[in-house]
Amino acid sequence: MAHSAQKGRLIAVIGDEDTCTGFLLGGIGELNKKREPNFLVVNKNTPRHDIEEAFRGFLKRDDIAIVLINQTIAEEIRYAIDSHDQPIPAVIEIPSKDAPYDASKDSILRRAKGMFSAEDFR
Amino acid sequence: MSGKDRLNVFPSRMAMAMMKVRLKGAQKGHSLLKKKADALTLRFRMILKKIIETKVLMGDVMKEASFSLAEAKFTTGDFNHNVLQNVNKAQMKVRTKKDNVAGVMLPIFESYQDGSDSYELTGLSRGGQQIDKLKKNYAKAIQLLVELASLQTSFVTLDEVIKITNRRVNAIEHVIIPRIENTLSYIISELDEREREEFFRLKKIQEKKKKNKKAAEDLKAKRKADGEEKEMDEAPNILNEGMDQDLLFTD
Repeated sequence: MAHSAQKGRLIAVIGDEDTCTGFLLGGIGELNKKREPNFLVVNKNTPRHDIEEAFRGFLKRDDIAIVLINQTIAEEIRYAIDSHDQPIPAVIEIPSKDAPYDASKDSILRRAKGMFSAEDFR
Repeated sequence: MSGKDRLNVFPSRMAMAMMKVRLKGAQKGHSLLKKKADALTLRFRMILKKIIETKVLMGDVMKEASFSLAEAKFTTGDFNHNVLQNVNKAQMKVRTKKDNVAGVMLPIFESYQDGSDSYELTGLSRGGQQIDKLKKNYAKAIQLLVELASLQTSFVTLDEVIKITNRRVNAIEHVIIPRIENTLSYIISELDEREREEFFRLKKIQEKKKKNKKAAEDLKAKRKADGEEKEMDEAPNILNEGMDQDLLFTD
């Protein structure tokens, strides 16, 4: 772990085409030695199974520190996200282009909810 | 959990001293753990607040980024495929550092630039400015998300640690300390019991001795009265028994 920490870790993205494009332009894309990308473009035809497999694949790779996932896609594999309880990699849900961010669906915020009063959520 | 349970020790003074030391240790540990839990909770609440703020901020930043993406698309035409196919080496990477809160290691992510921009030439023909703005917006978004990620990681880690610490605090408060106290009271009651027994036994022995003495004196007095043993007061002397017979020098 110390080794990969020195090397610098990657950010993985699971999202629609535009989200992926944006983050890749931001410079997070990488192909590893096996030519596997660290992102997955999801469109409406992508089966849930593929998303889940990619997600679990990202969680297993030790060079990935953060997994970004569109909230709409996160909804599809909610059970997989909820069952991930390790601190690293961190799974972050981000709003997608066509759906606003809904805090009540977020796995982390839902856990946080019980400990906070309602006005903190605004 | 029965309140009667206690440690299995032999009730002795030494065991009592040991138990007292253990009780003191448990109380000290309890207060220390409680302090730790308080420190962690403080940090935890701070992080929680920050997470909520950052999540809201993230919505705005992502919105802006999406808008600039749409702008860039409008001016440049569709470059999605161009970008998605030309992935090579990551330019944005994440470094992990450790932060220490009350003995708990919290990972902190830090993004840094590494290597050159592999999309330098995208939008060269037209829309270069928009693409540039788009890149900047997304870089900002990434930075924010990295920050959020470290907050979230800290959140998960702290959550776990606080749970464990609270469990320990409660275990000490409700199981270990009562058990030691039970043991102590058991030892004390047992020692008291033994002391009473001992006292009673001593009394009993004294009584018996007195009785024996009195019986002997009575017997003596009775014999004296009967005139059987007059000279009993004088102890017999073995040196006064007269001469032994000579064994070697017989006539």
